[in-house]
Amino acid sequence: MQLKGKAWKFNDNIDTDVIIPARYLNTSDPKELASHCMEDIDKEFTKKVSHGDIIVAGKNFGCGSSREHAPIAIKNAGISCVIAESFARIFYRNSINMGLPIFECPGAAQKISQGNEIEVNAETGEIKNLSRNESYRAAPMPPFIQRIISLGGLMEYVKQESKK
Amino acid sequence: MSQTISEKILAAHSGNKEVSPGQLIEAKIDLCFGNDITAPIAIENFRKAGLSKVFDRERVLLIPDHFTPNKDIKTATQTKMMREFAQEQGLSNYFEVGRCGIEHVFIHEQGLALPGMLIVGADSHTCTYGALGSFSTGVGSTDLAAAMALGRLWFKVPESMLFTYNGKLQAFVSGKDLILCTIGEIGVDGALYKAMEFQGSTIKGLSMDSRFSMCNMAIEAGGKAGIIAPDAKTLAYVKSVSKNPCKVYKSDKGAQYSEKIDFDASRIEPQVAFPSLPENSKPVSEASGIEINQAVIGSCTNGRMEDMRIAAKIMKGKKLNPSVRCVILPGTQKIYLDCIKEGIAEIFVRAGCSFSTPTCGPCLGGHMGILAEGEKAISTTNRNFVGRMGHPKSEVYLSNPAVAAASAIAGKIVHPKELK
Repeated sequence: MQLKGKAWKFNDNIDTDVIIPARYLNTSDPKELASHCMEDIDKEFTKKVSHGDIIVAGKNFGCGSSREHAPIAIKNAGISCVIAESFARIFYRNSINMGLPIFECPGAAQKISQGNEIEVNAETGEIKNLSRNESYRAAPMPPFIQRIISLGGLMEYVKQESKK
Repeated sequence: MSQTISEKILAAHSGNKEVSPGQLIEAKIDLCFGNDITAPIAIENFRKAGLSKVFDRERVLLIPDHFTPNKDIKTATQTKMMREFAQEQGLSNYFEVGRCGIEHVFIHEQGLALPGMLIVGADSHTCTYGALGSFSTGVGSTDLAAAMALGRLWFKVPESMLFTYNGKLQAFVSGKDLILCTIGEIGVDGALYKAMEFQGSTIKGLSMDSRFSMCNMAIEAGGKAGIIAPDAKTLAYVKSVSKNPCKVYKSDKGAQYSEKIDFDASRIEPQVAFPSLPENSKPVSEASGIEINQAVIGSCTNGRMEDMRIAAKIMKGKKLNPSVRCVILPGTQKIYLDCIKEGIAEIFVRAGCSFSTPTCGPCLGGHMGILAEGEKAISTTNRNFVGRMGHPKSEVYLSNPAVAAASAIAGKIVHPKELK
């Protein structure tokens, strides 16, 4: 799977309350959640994002609550993947479970600038910065995670397991 | 091989003799639950996958607590979905508004969480039950759906960090201050993916309520779990809430830790975490004089009986500063009732506080105490992120209940000992 888009840069410790403020959690409608993604940092964020764009952030991305609404909002805002120096644990799990590709890669997170054109190979973890002609490598996803993703998420896995 | 308490619990639940950090295991769950924000997505996923039955109708808990009593039609729709699912599945542990409280105060009060258990909840503060010596961690809604169906989940065995606290606590210092100070020391990602194990003479001296507050905030350092090995105090507590047997695990001497950090607890002052991260904790003396518009006392961190008593002791016979609103939310219906019986409710109401039914409410900017642009609050809750309690340009300072109560009277942040 090739993911390609413009980079949107964020700092360290981007928490789930800014990804999707709790005042909108009285719904699970993906479109409505997406329309409020990141609005407390940048009111215009979802209007400026083009389909396929990539979030590039610092340490501990997605810290805070366990709300799955956070990766849902990001994914449905048109973001194809998130690259960060590190991810908060529950956000990491939630993203995999619902099919938002995420890559832990300090090198890429530090070197990519706002607006750079980025191409990611989801299988190998290779991240190309087309604007700067650089490339970085994220740790490949462990086999069990690849299996969950190849099945289309955790629920498909559960469906197959519960038939056994 | 020597094992930590966390490793022993994970090994016992995955059919392994022992496990080591980094190992991927599939483990049996003793208890799983969700709330009015997370359960609806789990139920949708459960249905979409064509699943028909939960793995055990006594081990799946549904607790509406975040936006309840239903704050609007959308919330009412979400809680209705929970109620209908509970009926359809015959869940014995669905709890209606007015018969429960904030999940992480209610679940241990009801004796549903016990030492030695492996617990997952679709809420990040599920780490609270580590105070009982269980391994307990927050997950998302899809994980909850999987746990509800299979009664098991995959885990990566975390490394453990050992935090040791020795020394006698100063007046007005509680478990909340120990954990705020610890998060300040290691940062909001200082324990990322790790189990935070707390021990030492100070921990032995802490009440169970204070221990719950500590483990509750392990997530604010990125921790997968906070855990305290059971002692006589734990077992006495468990006996008072449950007749069921439980299993006590303790770390072996020589167990491996990725890091060991020691604190001289006698030097820790009451803490205040400045906006907008829990790691911005400082001694209250450095926050002294900051004017506030609101104080919030409650939440899964500090909505327990000890917290209510501490706040009441400070507020007794006093009035709030005229420019401050104070919202007090007891953690459960039982605590609410005990506040009435002990005369605490009257102290709060006479002081000019809003004292009402349990809910997470203002902690996450849901309802029952939202901040306007430019307003500042002192709060016993767990997060002070941008916009957490309302307007993105409002600010939250985190503290223990004594500091919050004293500040509400003074109109500005003060050390409780300075309250006249």
